[in-house]
Amino acid sequence: MHALEKILARAAGVPAVKAGEIVNAKVDLAEVNDLYLQVLKSFHEMGGTKVHDPNKVTFVLDHYAPAPTIQSAANQKAMREFVWDQGIPHLFDIDAGVCHQVMPEAGLVFPGMLLVATDSHTTTHGAFGAFGTGVGATDLACILLTGELWLRVPEVIKVELTGTLPHGVMAKDVVLHVLGKLKADAAAYKAVEYTGEVVKNLGMAERMVLCNMAVEMGAKTAYIAPDEVTRAYLEPRLGYYPVVPTTDSDYVYVAMHSFDVTDFEPQLAAPHSVDNLVGISEVAGIKVDQAFIGTCTGGRVEDIAVAAEILKGKKISQRTRLVIIPASREVFLTATKLGYVETLIEAGATFSTPGCGPCLGAHQGALAPGEVCVTASSRNFPGRMGSTQAEIYVASPAVCAASALEGKLADPRKYLCKEAATNEY
Amino acid sequence: MSIKGNAFVFGKNIDTDQIYPGRYLELFEPADVAKHAMEGVNSEFTKQVQAGDVIVAATNFGCGSSREHAAITIKHSGVSVVVAESFARIFYRNCINLGVPLLVCPRVSEKVTEGDSVEVNLMTGEVKNLTQGVTLQGEALSAHAMAIIAAGGVKPMFKAKYGQ
Ligand code: SF4
Repeated sequence: MHALEKILARAAGVPAVKAGEIVNAKVDLAEVNDLYLQVLKSFHEMGGTKVHDPNKVTFVLDHYAPAPTIQSAANQKAMREFVWDQGIPHLFDIDAGVCHQVMPEAGLVFPGMLLVATDSHTTTHGAFGAFGTGVGATDLACILLTGELWLRVPEVIKVELTGTLPHGVMAKDVVLHVLGKLKADAAAYKAVEYTGEVVKNLGMAERMVLCNMAVEMGAKTAYIAPDEVTRAYLEPRLGYYPVVPTTDSDYVYVAMHSFDVTDFEPQLAAPHSVDNLVGISEVAGIKVDQAFIGTCTGGRVEDIAVAAEILKGKKISQRTRLVIIPASREVFLTATKLGYVETLIEAGATFSTPGCGPCLGAHQGALAPGEVCVTASSRNFPGRMGSTQAEIYVASPAVCAASALEGKLADPRKYLCKEAATNEY
Repeated sequence: MSIKGNAFVFGKNIDTDQIYPGRYLELFEPADVAKHAMEGVNSEFTKQVQAGDVIVAATNFGCGSSREHAAITIKHSGVSVVVAESFARIFYRNCINLGVPLLVCPRVSEKVTEGDSVEVNLMTGEVKNLTQGVTLQGEALSAHAMAIIAAGGVKPMFKAKYGQ
């Protein structure tokens, strides 16, 4: 069995499962975000009164943090009241940050768990060896009611990343390349596992980027086998370290792909599709109205650090805005202590409260018709960040920072020293 | 279970932001949600759609965000069935859960033109283009999914089992 199958087998209380089988699995943690008042509506419509196990539920108010409208404020209020009424211990209010960042930071994510959330990017938690998958409101309401969810055991696609990551090229560039080559529905209903020497050498932040973007290939979940890097991140947060399920040596993958990253240049997804792959050399020079660094994809300390390195002592273009939203309070505090926030504000950046920000076009940096945005987030669908007539390029945070500096899409490599920082925060 | 209606045809990778733009996510009453169906790809859709109409699309329909609003808006806009060459998984689950009929049918977007009259049989998977006189074979829904749709979604099923 694959480690992911072992996770589902344990959750379903059976000795073994195989791909294609439908199992009823006990969910270790169910997360609801503030877009999903429908979860509570469905829960009540199904006759629910008491949550099955409040300790296995968490609410994160991140998409509308802080509330930009009366309606979103009312939705958040209803969620807080539900959390308090039901005795749910974990509420991450508007001060916390994006769900996929705050849950691992808080020690709620561990290898071998089944984590289900009302968010497609729940694949992110595969970086910790968890089975993380996104569902809609009614599925989540079923979990609140019963503690369980039916799932089809997915086939697993192996993506091997070999070679050496060139200077100024990040995990984001790698995953944009992979999904540009394999296409937006390559992993529909399946899981994606990343392996290879490149992955081994990445820190947790960059591993999270790989798993986060797996959903843009349609993946049900993503996976990176936990190792010492995973353990070093998780153990202090968990206060223990669990037995980690491993993949049997005779496991057969449904497909295998290998990419040598050694000659990669920074990669972008051009409008209006995440698999519309271009290299920076093909698009450099296109005017940019807004650059955005943030989200569960590109808002970690490492992402802010690279922006600070590029912009230290400089000023961004007068005709471009640079919006930076740290993914969590912890990220914001660390970036502040390390001096990055000061550097970036001096360079002309606009900082906003940790949360999803303009990623989904709700607030804090929406785009006007005709504007061009380069973003460290994950999606460039028409209208994703505001007007359907805006154009969005998805890129690494380094490309976003260099583009803000020049006021047009720009190659960050010329602004980065060869000895790029490899610190883990 | 046979459904007949006129087709609206869409391309590949129609994501849930196009089906239901993010700026309306704070709405949750089905009648309010229904007002913005397909707005990100066709702003006239809600004015044009008639009860019983059919959505036809190429591959990966419903990709992107997990928002259940995408299934709710389609259900309450009057659309009777969605036929696509493939679906993204969260959207597919959401539709089944809410009792929105849907069907996978290879090459359907090439064989149906906007406005064609289409008849869909969920049990057999057969899709007939009555205007062009073409019949396509899609994939019949699984027994599991069919049972949920026949019950009107999971909510009535769960209510019968767990409701107090
Ligand atoms: S940051 Fe963007 S992609 Fe991540 S959870 Fe929020 S809206 Fe979704």
